[in-house]
Amino acid sequence: MNILVAMSGGVDSSVAAALLARAGHDVVGVTMRLWGGESDTGCCSVADVDDARRVAQQLGIDHVVFNFTDDFAAHVVEPYVDAHANGTTPNPCVECNRRIKFARLTERAALLGFDAVATGHYARIGRRDGRRTLERGADRAKDQSYVVHMLGQDELATTLFPVGEYADKDDVRQVAASLGLRTAAKPDSQDVCFITSTGGRPAFLGRRLSLHPARVVDSAGRRLGALPSVELVTVGQRKGLGLPGGGPKRYVLDVDRRSGTVIVGSDAELRRDALRAEDPTWVDGTVTGPVLVQCSAHGSAEPAQLTLVDGVVDVRWDEPQRRVAPGQAVVFYDVSDRYVLGGGVCAT
Amino acid sequence: MRPEAVAAMVPFLTERFGNPSGSHGVARDARRAIDEARDRVADVIGCGPGEVVFTGGGTEGDNTAIGGAAAGRSVCPAAEHHAVLHAVERAGGTVVAVDALARVDLDALAAALGPDVAVVSVMAVNNEVGSVNDLAAVASVVRDRAPGALLHTDAVQAACWLDLRQLWPHVDLLSLSGHKFGGPKGVGVLAVREGSALEAIIVGGGQERERRSGTHNVPGIVALTEALALTDEQRVEENVRIGALRDRLVDRLTGSVPGVRETVPRTAKVAGSAHVMVEDVEGEALLFLLDRAGVCASAASSCASGAMEPSHVLAAMGIEPAWSGGAVRLSLGRTTADADVDRALDVFADVVPTLRSRMRPRVAP
Repeated sequence: MNILVAMSGGVDSSVAAALLARAGHDVVGVTMRLWGGESDTGCCSVADVDDARRVAQQLGIDHVVFNFTDDFAAHVVEPYVDAHANGTTPNPCVECNRRIKFARLTERAALLGFDAVATGHYARIGRRDGRRTLERGADRAKDQSYVVHMLGQDELATTLFPVGEYADKDDVRQVAASLGLRTAAKPDSQDVCFITSTGGRPAFLGRRLSLHPARVVDSAGRRLGALPSVELVTVGQRKGLGLPGGGPKRYVLDVDRRSGTVIVGSDAELRRDALRAEDPTWVDGTVTGPVLVQCSAHGSAEPAQLTLVDGVVDVRWDEPQRRVAPGQAVVFYDVSDRYVLGGGVCAT
Repeated sequence: MRPEAVAAMVPFLTERFGNPSGSHGVARDARRAIDEARDRVADVIGCGPGEVVFTGGGTEGDNTAIGGAAAGRSVCPAAEHHAVLHAVERAGGTVVAVDALARVDLDALAAALGPDVAVVSVMAVNNEVGSVNDLAAVASVVRDRAPGALLHTDAVQAACWLDLRQLWPHVDLLSLSGHKFGGPKGVGVLAVREGSALEAIIVGGGQERERRSGTHNVPGIVALTEALALTDEQRVEENVRIGALRDRLVDRLTGSVPGVRETVPRTAKVAGSAHVMVEDVEGEALLFLLDRAGVCASAASSCASGAMEPSHVLAAMGIEPAWSGGAVRLSLGRTTADADVDRALDVFADVVPTLRSRMRPRVAP
C-alpha cells in the first residue's frame, strides 16, 4: 500500500512508520506544521520536525512537511479561545483529530494518491461482519481511543494505527531502541501543543481575550474567596481555587461566566444523574441502550443508558457521576469496554 | 557547481592551504589567489578591486548593507528577499509597496524617503517571480529625496542574466551569492562604493579592509570568481538559449493545461525564470506530486521546519489566493536542456489533471 504516516517527532509515530516500512509498504512520512506562534520547542517546533526527518532518514523513507497553520488556527485554536470566553472547557486534541489529522490531512493524502494515513495513536481498527470497528489500544493505560472516537466507517477504511496492537508501550520503545531510532527515549508529549509550559493557559488566553475576576461562593451563595480569571475555571476542578485547606474537598459545581461567579461544593453536590451530548458521531450508526461512557482522555468508563432525542444524546448514568464540564468530549463504549461506539460534546 | 569552479577550488583545499592573512610563503600564495580573484570580480561588476568585499553569501551582504549603514531609517520594497526584508523590519525601517509585477512602486518609494533615511535596498531581480527593477529610476528617486542615503541592490538573482556593469553605476552597494551562478554555497560578494559610510557587522581580525573580519574562505572565493567570470563571458548566449527554453516551457504550460497562467509577463523579467500559477490547486500538493515524478520545483520560501510559507511576494503583488496558492517556480539555468523541458511538461500535463480529478467539488460558502 501507499501510506502517508503522520510523524510528530515522537516515539509512537516513529515506530508506526518503521513497522509499515518494514512490512514492505511504500511509506512517506509527513510532519504537519500546525502552530505558527510561540511554543516550547521554538519556531515551527523545529526540533520535533528535525526528529521526524532524522527518523525518516534512518528508515530510508521520504519525509515532507505540510503547512496547516491556517486550518489549525481557524479550527482548533480560535474555537479553544472562544470556548474559554464562553465558559466551556474545550478539548483541543480531539478537535485537532476531528478537523486536522482525520480531515485536512486525510483529504490531502487522498489528493496525493495515498491508500491510507497512519498515525501513532494507541487504538485499534478491526473488522466484524464486514464492518470496521474502532477499539481501545491493547495497552489500556496508554489507550487513546477517546481522542479518535470521531472516526466513522469511511475514515476507518483508510486509517492505520500500527502501534495500537502493542500491549505495553515499553514494547514500542523497545522496537524503537532495537532499530536505533533517535526518538526511542523521547518523553511522551503531555500538554496542549500550542501552550508553553512557562506561560501556561493564563498567558496564552490573556493575550487573546480579556480575563475577568471571579467571586467564589458556596451553593448557598456565601462568598468564600476570589480568583483572578473566571475564564480559567472548569466545572469539576478541585485545585487552584484559592480556598483554605483542611476542610472537606470542594469542587467547582458551576461557573457563571456572565456574573463572574464560581460556585463550589462537595463531591455529593457535584453528582449528576444525566448529561446531554451534542453533535454526536458514530463509528457504525447510532447506538442506544446500555453502554459505558468516558468523559476524559484517561478517565474510567461508567455504565449509562443512551437515548437519542432530536439528534442529541441523552446519557443517563446508572449511578450518579461527577458533573462533566461543558465542552468536553463524551465517548461511548460497548459494555465490554472494548469497542468505541461514538461520542459527542457535553452540552452546557 | 560549474566544473571549472570545482577544479579551481581543489588546490586550495589541498596543497595551497595557506591563510592569506599570514606572512610566510604559503600564506603569500593564498594571498595572491585572493588578490587575483578580487581583480577578476571587480572587472565583472565594473567596480574597483578595493570595492570588492568577500562575504559568507547573499544574506550576509544584504544584512551588512542594512545593518552596517549609518544610524538612520532603512527602506525597502515589500517583495524583497527575507534577507533584506527581515533586516529592515528588525531595524524598524519602512517597507513600501510594489506594483502588480513585484517591482517597487516609485511613488510609494518617493513618499517614504526623507533626510532621515540611511539606506535604501531594492533588489535587481525578484527571486520568486523574476521581475526586474529599474535601478536607474530608483537611483534618481533616492538621490532626489534622500541624497545622504546609501542605495543597496540585492543582485543575487541578477548575476546570470543582467550585466552587472550596467547596475553598478546606479548603486552604492551590491550583493552577490556564489551558488546562484555555479559557484559554491556559503560565499558571496558585497561591492561597496569607495567612500560609503558602511560599518562592518562582523568584527575581528580586520580582513577585507575592516569591512568583513574572519579568515578568508580561499577555496570558496577562488571558485566563486571562476564561476562569475564564466557566467559573465557566457551571459549573452545563455540569455538567448535559456530564454528560448523558458518560452517553450511556459507557452506549453499555459497553452496545454487549463487554468495555468504566467505570473509576470516575459518582457518584465529575466530569461531563467518560469513562474506560473495553477488555479485552485494547493501548492504543497502540486509540488509533492511534481517532486515524486522527478521535477524539482519550489513555490515561495521555506521556514526552518521545511514547511512552505505563503509567498509574501505574491501577496505584495495583490494576487488572489485562488491563484497564489498554486504558485510554481521552475528555474532554468546553465545545465537545463531541451529534454528537461520536455520532461517537466510531460509531468505537469499529467499531475495537474490528476490532482484536479481527485479534488472534491468545491462547496459554495
